[in-house]
Amino acid sequence: MRRADPLRFAPVEDMADPLLSVEDLRTHFRTPAGVLRAVDGVSFSLDRGKTLGIVGESGSGKTVLSRSVMGLLSQSSVDRSGRVLFAGHDLTAMGPRELRQVWGTQVSMIFQDPMTALNPVVRIGRQITESLRIRAGLDRAAARQTAVALLASVGIPSPERRLRSYPHELSGGMRQRVMIAIALSCGPKLVLADEPTTGLDVTIQAQILDLLSSEQRERSMAMVLVTHDLGVVAGRTDHIAVMYAGRIVESAPTAVVFRDTKMPYTEALIRSIPKLAAPSHTRLLAIEGRPPSLLDPPEGCAFAPRCPYADDRCHREAPPLREASPGHLYACWNPVGTPAAARAFEANRQAGLPAAVAYARSGVAP
Amino acid sequence: MLGEPVLKYLITRLVQLVAVVFVISVLAFLLVHLLPGDPSVTILGPFDTAAARAEVLRQLGLDKPLPLQYLTWLGNVLHGNLGESFLTKESVSHAIAQAFPIDLELVVLSQIIAFAVAIPLAMVAARRPNKAFDRLSSTFTFGLLSVPAFILAVLLVLVFAVSIHAFPATGWTNLTSNLGQNLRSAILPSIALGAGSVAVYFRLLRSDLISTLQEDYITMARAKGLPTRYILFRHALRPSSFSLLASAGINIGSLLTGAFVVEYLFQLPGIGYQIVESISSRDYLMVQGMALVVAVAFVVVNFAVDFLLVLLDPRIRRA
Amino acid sequence: MPDSQKRLGPLFWICLGFIGLVVFGAIFANVLPLPNPDAQNYAAVNAGPSLHHLLGTDDLGRDLLSRIVFGSRVSLVVGFGGIAIGLAIGGTLGLVAGYRSGALDTVLNAGSFVILAFPPLLAIIVIVAFWGRSLPKLTLIIGIASIPSMFRVIRATTMSYANRDFVVAARALGASNRRIIFRELLPNVAPAAISFALIGVAIIVVLEGSLAFLGLSVALPTPSWGNIIYEGASNNNLQTNPFIALWPALAMFLLLTSLNLVGDRLRSYFDVREGGL
Repeated sequence: MRRADPLRFAPVEDMADPLLSVEDLRTHFRTPAGVLRAVDGVSFSLDRGKTLGIVGESGSGKTVLSRSVMGLLSQSSVDRSGRVLFAGHDLTAMGPRELRQVWGTQVSMIFQDPMTALNPVVRIGRQITESLRIRAGLDRAAARQTAVALLASVGIPSPERRLRSYPHELSGGMRQRVMIAIALSCGPKLVLADEPTTGLDVTIQAQILDLLSSEQRERSMAMVLVTHDLGVVAGRTDHIAVMYAGRIVESAPTAVVFRDTKMPYTEALIRSIPKLAAPSHTRLLAIEGRPPSLLDPPEGCAFAPRCPYADDRCHREAPPLREASPGHLYACWNPVGTPAAARAFEANRQAGLPAAVAYARSGVAP
Repeated sequence: MLGEPVLKYLITRLVQLVAVVFVISVLAFLLVHLLPGDPSVTILGPFDTAAARAEVLRQLGLDKPLPLQYLTWLGNVLHGNLGESFLTKESVSHAIAQAFPIDLELVVLSQIIAFAVAIPLAMVAARRPNKAFDRLSSTFTFGLLSVPAFILAVLLVLVFAVSIHAFPATGWTNLTSNLGQNLRSAILPSIALGAGSVAVYFRLLRSDLISTLQEDYITMARAKGLPTRYILFRHALRPSSFSLLASAGINIGSLLTGAFVVEYLFQLPGIGYQIVESISSRDYLMVQGMALVVAVAFVVVNFAVDFLLVLLDPRIRRA
Repeated sequence: MPDSQKRLGPLFWICLGFIGLVVFGAIFANVLPLPNPDAQNYAAVNAGPSLHHLLGTDDLGRDLLSRIVFGSRVSLVVGFGGIAIGLAIGGTLGLVAGYRSGALDTVLNAGSFVILAFPPLLAIIVIVAFWGRSLPKLTLIIGIASIPSMFRVIRATTMSYANRDFVVAARALGASNRRIIFRELLPNVAPAAISFALIGVAIIVVLEGSLAFLGLSVALPTPSWGNIIYEGASNNNLQTNPFIALWPALAMFLLLTSLNLVGDRLRSYFDVREGGL
């Protein structure tokens, strides 16, 4: 029942193998309090040059997912099963030595917080050139030249001078640009970007995302964009996977996610995006409650306790991933817009369930 | 290179340094002058007349009020004149110049040994915390903390000098006269002196490394595909070494005095040995001058290390 | 944090037991069936362990076990007595200064900073040498020398509690400063103080040994651990009978390990932050 079919969203003209294919990936942490199921049976695939957005609240397991895909989690106390096929090679079967050959040159990562992900006591220059020298085998002068070109291409003014700076001497946006330069330095085929814009101002967020998109197009890389903000991925991805409590609950081409939303959680995420066009007094709808503990997930659908459309069955039985249309999968018993959802909503509203009451109050009845 | 905040910080610390050195000079002076004992007795012997004693005190300037004596002494000290021994008439600065290099060599050697043992040990241990190697080396160094220098010195002499005659048990050969002999005479004292530092440095560096290795920038360095050894040396070691260096600074200062016991045990004519000898012969000016030099060295080393830390950590440089 | 770190563990109790044993021996040394520690017996010089002399004898035929037990009195009186003085004066000042943090705090803090800049061993050596080295004087000098460091440690610990809610609440309820210091702060600072004190005792026991090697501990032939080790290491004794030095060295090592371990475990048990040092 848990086993989901690998999701394909390849355009018809590219029938080659997917660049990245994740099959039933599970990542469990053994903690003193019990087993924490951070990633619990996730499958997806991604073709060359395409972008996948993985969206979920903090605590949904999306950061662990991106590190687990890369194989970055340290070995002890982590149980990982499933397969991660990159260009046909199984990353989960690789030892540290082989993985190191993949990291940086094939797959690279952009971290959430450039303040902590850049070494505070190493100059920017060396943090860029070290992988160029060690991994790409460039000599000192060539590495320096490449670093300058990289910094220029990510939009850092007077790059020669910046090579001598320390991370704390740059602004947040500049630091994130440096991080992108580092991630791109060895020409990877795939970039995993984990909340690349979280700590930044809104205007700078847009600049960084545009930069990522243009670099991606120029270098024809594939990208996984992990974020809590559906608005961030809306116009910039080919496909979106929504994660909740360690699993994918809805997955579809980007336009379909917004046009034909099935999963109530996805709907809630969409409602929480601020819309510039909406009248200024429109209240943003925050999702009531918190994501469940990954140590002790609920028996039925993990979203049921917060869902305005949940009925008894949702609390009892976890819904499987089902196909709505080719490439569109969702896991829900009472999908958005169905009569079943409307019935359950009415019952929940009368029972005074907070999620349903909040929906009713802001006038978003199904 | 240095920004204005660093200069400001440097100046504040320098002012503090001068103030502390001043207080220390007063303490060194009072230490010797307020204590019981009469130098004229030392010089003339216990059976001379009161008049002769007074004459000696007058010649030495010891009949004047204390503040005046202090100022006179301080004036001389500032001119590089620490006075001369009551007994041997040797100038105090000459004696210090003879003795101090020995302390310096012992401290430097002991710290080289301590770093050479502690750093690799901590790096290997921190890579796999709570595994066999880490537990073994942590236990070993915890035990080492409880071995005083004089006990270790006795054990070293017993094993390396008495049993297998590999090194001399006592005595000193100057660096300039014979390098090989000098190192042979310095090695056991240096180990005895440095062992405690090994334990302290290991524990500090190990725990700092363990927390550094969990930082995002280490994960980032791994994600770049850099080799583990490179990450350990180039990315983890420096941000983990600040408290190590800070404690080394404090430690080097106290090693200067810690060397006293080791010097006495191995009969090495360093400052510590000379001070204890001068104390037992009531050689006031000698004690006073050497105490001043040791105390000032102690403060200056701490200051220098403090400043070195600022240079090493670019974050403090701006703060 | 795993729960195992919140346990004291069997080793803690073994070490505490050893400290208790040494203290017991020191108190009841006169009553215990031990030979006179100063009685020389030329018929049994440098003897090995036997029923009469459990740890053998030294180069003058004196019973080593007895000398170690009687010698522990000096180490313990100097160690615990010195720390008691340091705690009583430095600790009290630290409590008050850490809580009130005004002009008094500034003055005391600067004072302790300057005094600590002076190498303590040097000061102790000079004072002991000129003033005298009887047991009470030794204890007093070392105790006074420990005041500044005790002050700083207790002050830092107090400051970490002084602005917590329960103190602020007590003040809001109109409790007197004296009451806040003794009823609210002291019980919280005490575990830290005890663990620092134990490690301080270890430092002083080493200090006594160092002074003995400089000929500045209590006058011979009174046994102290430092004195016995020193005697064992001089006059060719290392060649002829290394056990004179080795037995008391072992005793000192075990006591120091115990003190350090008990202090260390107490500190992590009560979760004392080390920033104060």
